[in-house]
Amino acid sequence: MSTLAVHDHGVVHHEEGHEHHHDTFITKYIFSQDHKMIAKQFLITGITMAVIAMTLSILFRIQLAYPDKAFPLLETLLGRFAPGGRLDPNFYLSLVTIHGTIMVFFVLTAGLSGTFSNLLIPLQVGARDMASPFMNMLSYWFFFLACVIMLSSFFVQKGPASGGWTVYPPLSALPKAMPGSEMGMTLWLASMICFVASSLMGGINYVSTVLNMRTKGMDLWKMPLSIWAFFLTAVLGVLSFPVLVAGVVLLIFDRSMGTSFYLSDIVLNGKVMPFEGGSPILFEHLFWFLGHPEVYIVIMPAMGISSEIMSVNSRKPIFGYHAMVYSLIGITVLSFIVWGHHMFVTGMNPFLGGVFMITTLIIAVPSAVKTFNWLATLWRGNIRFKPAMLFAIGMVSFFISGGLTGIFLGNAALDINLHDTYFVVAHFHLVMGSAAIFGMLAGVYHWFPKMFGRLMDEKLGFLHFWLTFIGAYLVFFPMHFMGLDGVPRRYYAFTEFESMKQWLSVNTFITWAAIMSALAQVAFLYNFITSIFWGKKTTQNPWQANTLEWTTPIERIHGNWPGEIPTVYRWPYDYSKPGAEQDYILQTTPLSETMSSNLPHDFEDNPVGLEEHTKWVNTHSNQEVK
Amino acid sequence: MGFKKLIKSKKILSLLAVFMLTGTNLVMAQTAAAATPAATDDKSVMWMGAGYYVLLFLLLCVVIAIVGKILKVYDLTRQMQGKKELNWNNLMAVICLVFLLFGLYGAYWSFTVQGSMTLPEAASANGVKIDEMFTVTTVITMFVFFVTQILLFTFLFRYKHSDKRRAFFLPHNNTIEKIWTILPAMVLTILVVFGFFTWQEITNSADAKGDRPSLNIEVTGHQFAWELRYPGKDLKLGAVNYKLVTGDNKLGIDFKDRNSFDDLEADTMYLPVNRSVRLNIRAQDVIHSCYMPHFRVQLNAVPGLPTFFKFTPTITTADMRNRLNNPDFEYLLYCNKICGGIHYNMKKVVRVVTEAEYQQWIAKQKPYLTDALRKEWNMPVAPAAAPQDTTTAKNRLALNN
Repeated sequence: MSTLAVHDHGVVHHEEGHEHHHDTFITKYIFSQDHKMIAKQFLITGITMAVIAMTLSILFRIQLAYPDKAFPLLETLLGRFAPGGRLDPNFYLSLVTIHGTIMVFFVLTAGLSGTFSNLLIPLQVGARDMASPFMNMLSYWFFFLACVIMLSSFFVQKGPASGGWTVYPPLSALPKAMPGSEMGMTLWLASMICFVASSLMGGINYVSTVLNMRTKGMDLWKMPLSIWAFFLTAVLGVLSFPVLVAGVVLLIFDRSMGTSFYLSDIVLNGKVMPFEGGSPILFEHLFWFLGHPEVYIVIMPAMGISSEIMSVNSRKPIFGYHAMVYSLIGITVLSFIVWGHHMFVTGMNPFLGGVFMITTLIIAVPSAVKTFNWLATLWRGNIRFKPAMLFAIGMVSFFISGGLTGIFLGNAALDINLHDTYFVVAHFHLVMGSAAIFGMLAGVYHWFPKMFGRLMDEKLGFLHFWLTFIGAYLVFFPMHFMGLDGVPRRYYAFTEFESMKQWLSVNTFITWAAIMSALAQVAFLYNFITSIFWGKKTTQNPWQANTLEWTTPIERIHGNWPGEIPTVYRWPYDYSKPGAEQDYILQTTPLSETMSSNLPHDFEDNPVGLEEHTKWVNTHSNQEVK
Repeated sequence: MGFKKLIKSKKILSLLAVFMLTGTNLVMAQTAAAATPAATDDKSVMWMGAGYYVLLFLLLCVVIAIVGKILKVYDLTRQMQGKKELNWNNLMAVICLVFLLFGLYGAYWSFTVQGSMTLPEAASANGVKIDEMFTVTTVITMFVFFVTQILLFTFLFRYKHSDKRRAFFLPHNNTIEKIWTILPAMVLTILVVFGFFTWQEITNSADAKGDRPSLNIEVTGHQFAWELRYPGKDLKLGAVNYKLVTGDNKLGIDFKDRNSFDDLEADTMYLPVNRSVRLNIRAQDVIHSCYMPHFRVQLNAVPGLPTFFKFTPTITTADMRNRLNNPDFEYLLYCNKICGGIHYNMKKVVRVVTEAEYQQWIAKQKPYLTDALRKEWNMPVAPAAAPQDTTTAKNRLALNN
């Protein structure tokens, strides 16, 4: 029913259509309601935020590499935050905090989901636009507002929030506890509320579009894995983000209105505080109830994008499509009951810790299935190394490396000694940081032609990939060993501990590796910006892919398809099908046109079709016999 | 053309950079400029230093652009001569293989060189269990790591694109999928069960009947130090109430509780070897984390939520110094939860000593109940109270033994 309704809507839309529709600059580029333009807005804002957060990370990496050296330039750039050319310890923590917040929320949630869910959901399910284009626009502008508020905290007197991206109270709740907990923290909380609003509006849109606006023939089991991933990500976000708002609002009350939700028994600087009866652990529960699904919100779109790109560029169907979908669903469900593994050493009841350990390690099963399926997809493929493909492969490599260390951290007993050390830093930077950003970059290289009608330069893409890929491993691999030596994260300098001094040279090495990978992003930015204006013009289907978005015209018109929305007849992964003329068959090609390549499997729910297929096979084998 | 564009846009970029630098300078450095007039002399040197690196980078970009151009020209001439164009796809496949080889060597190097820089053997009974668990997990995960990474990159090389063949159409294979769902599930079951029991053993907090009771030690975190409290001869720590915190009574000890009369203050955490220690962990202001990596001990110190960790040190500091051949070695306790600006320097030295040395040391520690506090609490000043106190303590000790 719903497909029918949407179909009618689409036709009406088309007739009223573009000829009478005049976009001004403002409605086209700024307050646009077109999902493709909003996707580009998300992408460019996301990239900008990523560059800022990356710069912050280089600043604190310099501090870690040269804790005793003064850099007068830093004082010129940062003023009071780097007196005498050395970062202030509180500002160091601000850098760490804002780097984490921007990367997790603004880049890998909004920049990734926002860009590709917006771009691909309507294009790949066959819809003219999102279910609610206006809400979609609001979603972007709330995100933009959140970005502005977050960055504005660099310009307040005491500096930005600095309690770590997890903002645990009482540190974040007591303005006197550290400079960053004053105005900076207030701005952080305000920004986060705008961000969650944005995220919810986006998520509701993605879910309703996928559920209600699929084109004729596009049943759930014909959707590309990217759509499955975006859909489940959105579900996850819609269910978990409100809990963060609840946590944040209570924190605001504690900060500004004297309540004691998270505070109890506090003596700050020798002064007894009046708070009574609250618990800091409550905040941790609320935070991680979002926080853990959040890491899957970050990685699942990357998984979906990589699955899609690896299938296209291996010229081979994704191995175990159903298993891939079920493992995504498994991850989605399980991700809600594992948050306690962030809290093994908080003093939470040890039995509860044991339960969370079990659920956490179960989640490794669907992850393992996904990894093996990716490997099987590459096996006997016909692999084209496009930059997008390389980044998708990098994503898999990082996911393996980082995922395996998760088995250590998910184990409550091992977590005792690894919690909050550099082992954790290495783990999550590989499995959710690098893997997710590689998924995102893969998506950018792959769908750039769909966004801008031009191709990115391949060779610069290769350069970008190898420098970043090698750089990321050089940065994060040694950190595991620092963690195993008990080196804590968020330390301003390792100079105060004799035992940590042995890591100074490693830190210098890591910093230079980080600088190299950061500079490699210049190749990407140059490529990205120049290709928008001067890149090689693309053809309609540059990667010979099967999915619906490549049936739209290159010009990216409002409403996506000039005529009727095409009907879908098959799953999206008919690559290198034996008997077919080409090594790909578009989803819009009816089975009746590909009699030579049809398999009995294609007619699972279609007895009439199966009969005809058998008849056709029989007559043809007879002919061959004759 | 592309080359020219590169040069041009580099100029634009550097202009932009200069613009941004001066911009931020104006916005953010006003207070700094006022504070440090002396630094102006160095400014030119400083800019030259930064400018040098920027130029170096630009030069690198130009070199990359030139190499790119040369490659393109080379490729075009080959094509004009009717030869095949450069096959980037094969090149990438080869680089994948090279990366695998270097990566494997790098991982091996890292494991041997950096792996040997990690913590020494566990100095506590529970730490030994954790280390066993760690070894098992490492063996299993590293096996998977090497196998999957090797498969990944060899597949990339082996199945690189060729116009002559088609990929093998293999949408699914239920048998193999079942195998690689069940196999990880089984391995993880083993790890979960092993891990669960290790965790239970470590966190199992009740003293077994008949055993000597654990030594109670209290450690309290605040910005930015740890305070230690040892029980006196009664082996019991007195009650604490944060509302009683004053300048003299910084832990807020409740001196209405008789157990607190003989509580002792200490600078260094001395632990008797092979005796069960119950570390009572508190925080006064924000969350800290009491982390003693050599004993594989960590638990957060949460305000309003007193917690404890029970463990038994097994190797004395002197012994560990011998084993590591490092006369300066010390066990440490440090903060492992972000707690403010000086979070990076919140340590306490921990010394594990023999029982005899411990008794000698504890006898020298000062009580928390100072004369000033006695006055504050309207209690008789020291000499009068002391003898009575020791007799009761002796009685208790006798009872315990």
